[in-house]
Amino acid sequence: MSTATKDHAALSDIFNADEARVNWHDDTLWFVRAKRDKAAHTLPEWERLRDTASQIKDNVLSNLHDYLLQFESNAQHNGITVHWAADAAAHNRIVHEILNDNGIRQLIKSKSMLTEECHLNEYLKEQGVDVIDTDLGERIVQLAEEPPSHIVLPCIHKKKEEIGTLFHEHLGTPEGMSDPVFLTAAARLHLREKFMTRRAAITGVNFAVAETGEFVVCTNEGNADMGAHLADVHIACMGIEKIIPQRTHLSVFLRLLARSATGQPITTYSSHFSKPRPGQQMHIILVDNGRTTQLGREDFRNSLKCIRCGACMNTCPVYRRSGGHSYHTAIAGPIGSILAPNLDMKKYADLPFASTLCGSCTNVCPVKINIHEQLYKWRQVIVKEGYASPAKTIAMKTMDFTLSHPAVYQKAGKAGRWFLKHIPFAVNNRMNAWYKQRDMPEPPKQSFREWFKENNTMQKNNSDE
Amino acid sequence: MTVGLFIPCYVDQFYPNAAIATLKLLQRLNVDVHYPMNQTCCGQPMANSGFEHLTAGCNNLFIDNFSQFDYVVSPSGSCVLHLKDHLHSATEETKARGIRKKIYELTEFLTDVLEVKSLTARFPHKVGVHQSCHGQRGLKLAQMTELVDQPFSKPLQLLNMVEDLELVPLTRPDECCGFGGTFCVIEEAVSVKMGKDRVADHISNGAQYITAADMSCLMHMEGILKRQNSQVRVLHIAEILNAQEQ
Repeated sequence: MSTATKDHAALSDIFNADEARVNWHDDTLWFVRAKRDKAAHTLPEWERLRDTASQIKDNVLSNLHDYLLQFESNAQHNGITVHWAADAAAHNRIVHEILNDNGIRQLIKSKSMLTEECHLNEYLKEQGVDVIDTDLGERIVQLAEEPPSHIVLPCIHKKKEEIGTLFHEHLGTPEGMSDPVFLTAAARLHLREKFMTRRAAITGVNFAVAETGEFVVCTNEGNADMGAHLADVHIACMGIEKIIPQRTHLSVFLRLLARSATGQPITTYSSHFSKPRPGQQMHIILVDNGRTTQLGREDFRNSLKCIRCGACMNTCPVYRRSGGHSYHTAIAGPIGSILAPNLDMKKYADLPFASTLCGSCTNVCPVKINIHEQLYKWRQVIVKEGYASPAKTIAMKTMDFTLSHPAVYQKAGKAGRWFLKHIPFAVNNRMNAWYKQRDMPEPPKQSFREWFKENNTMQKNNSDE
Repeated sequence: MTVGLFIPCYVDQFYPNAAIATLKLLQRLNVDVHYPMNQTCCGQPMANSGFEHLTAGCNNLFIDNFSQFDYVVSPSGSCVLHLKDHLHSATEETKARGIRKKIYELTEFLTDVLEVKSLTARFPHKVGVHQSCHGQRGLKLAQMTELVDQPFSKPLQLLNMVEDLELVPLTRPDECCGFGGTFCVIEEAVSVKMGKDRVADHISNGAQYITAADMSCLMHMEGILKRQNSQVRVLHIAEILNAQEQ
């Protein structure tokens, strides 16, 4: 399905054609949100942890330049080769060059949302390099030739029966087999062979520690470790905002990350990589790709605090009922909706509007990004930059005129008449969109104003007319 | 103490009973309430659509209507939050700041300013409370399930003063209903699905009425209830706090 020309609303409409599936998707992710709540409530200091994490990230964003150089210097001292990439294309090129230098045409990759953002898999495929994703969820969507729909739970949109069919087609499991234990065992065997034979492994980076030059990769499956420990060449890809000043700060972030993401007290594997083992090459690519632009946007720089836990997606009532693919960007949900317009404002102009601004995302965010406020602010920027439709602009100007002129409003607004034509939430007179599945409020005999005019003589308080 | 009553545009037009109940409730509590006749709207419909830069006319009109009062009170958490966060004026910023500080949503005005300890009200029905997001998470009218903190709820504090009212618990006590202003038509499919799910939570837990401190959420849910031919009704919280059923 091509998602290039459809916006979030249109894609959500398609997703909602199967209501039972929407219910299942919503329940599945709500279950994760509930687990997160339970885990958070076991720590009385939870809100203080969030404050602390947010403040550490404030420090990072204000001193990013220095921390990156400190990290580079320490990493190099440890024997890690450090690369700098200004954008996605540079990042992909660097990966390809490292592979070429080592004569490698096949590699394995553990979960890295940065490589999704940079479309590394597609790029390498074009260069004739074979990539196997080793995170189970990522492998499933890779077999399905789909992007991940969630940053922590890449195939959360897929039912086990659908995974069974995919595995039957690609891995030769028995037809109709959808037992998760059986399917996981099949994936294990399939991936084990890849771990053993592939000479290069790409991993993401959850945290890079400036004071030590080490980086930390968190997985539940141990797949990053199996890949990196067996490969001759380890390439770690990270966005420059992933830096933290000191190792001790991990004690804040690691406690927040897994609890926020899945409700676990800690991720199964939090692996520290500080230097290559003898004979191994270890590379780290520090990628900007729009991050310094975002850092320069005062209202939006806080979005760079994100530690990619996915809690905002799990709690988002819109995400749960529209699915990750409806956001048509690598990072879906509320956080994706404030990151994507920075990369391409025209292409992602719809995303800040794909929210009711309920604010639940902001409340679960472990680093206290004011996500819903940034969604509101992006709306203002997008309109000002000219990405609102002309019809919407005219409708808004008409509305503003009426609502700024009481005489016009009162004349137009006799008991709901004006509203039924120009109801503020029904831009472009799209009344059909309201009426399709909802009844209109019945216009009363009198508006409150009319009632008040008739009755205020009986009240002890008069109007100030 | 003078109070300027702000009745949001759509409440004025479609839900006069919520406004009348608000006025009468305040009067019964001996508040000197004034209703400026030239008021229209808080400007949120434009601002939430990305057109905050067009709201100067609305803002100045609001300031003209309301700056004279000691307090401004409104039966809508969402409109109040918008004004608190975004009411500005190029010419009257001092007055704008004054209003941002003295504007209250009805229930918080009752609990925090009037410090109401009892009400004469009776409503012998099963009621589900919808926590409207802007009131709850924006104005902090009630504790939020995401946060690790002490529970409290200003709307519940007041509803507990109503004789014979039975509150029904919800499976998801503070999930958004999906109204969201222009979201309700721009994102029709998700908006309706969210509304249907919210309404279903109230119905399955036995609510006869759904109430809230925001009429807009209720309008959305009422639209869905009516389409389903449901007997469940929506009522603004002011109508329940002012109810005198015998």
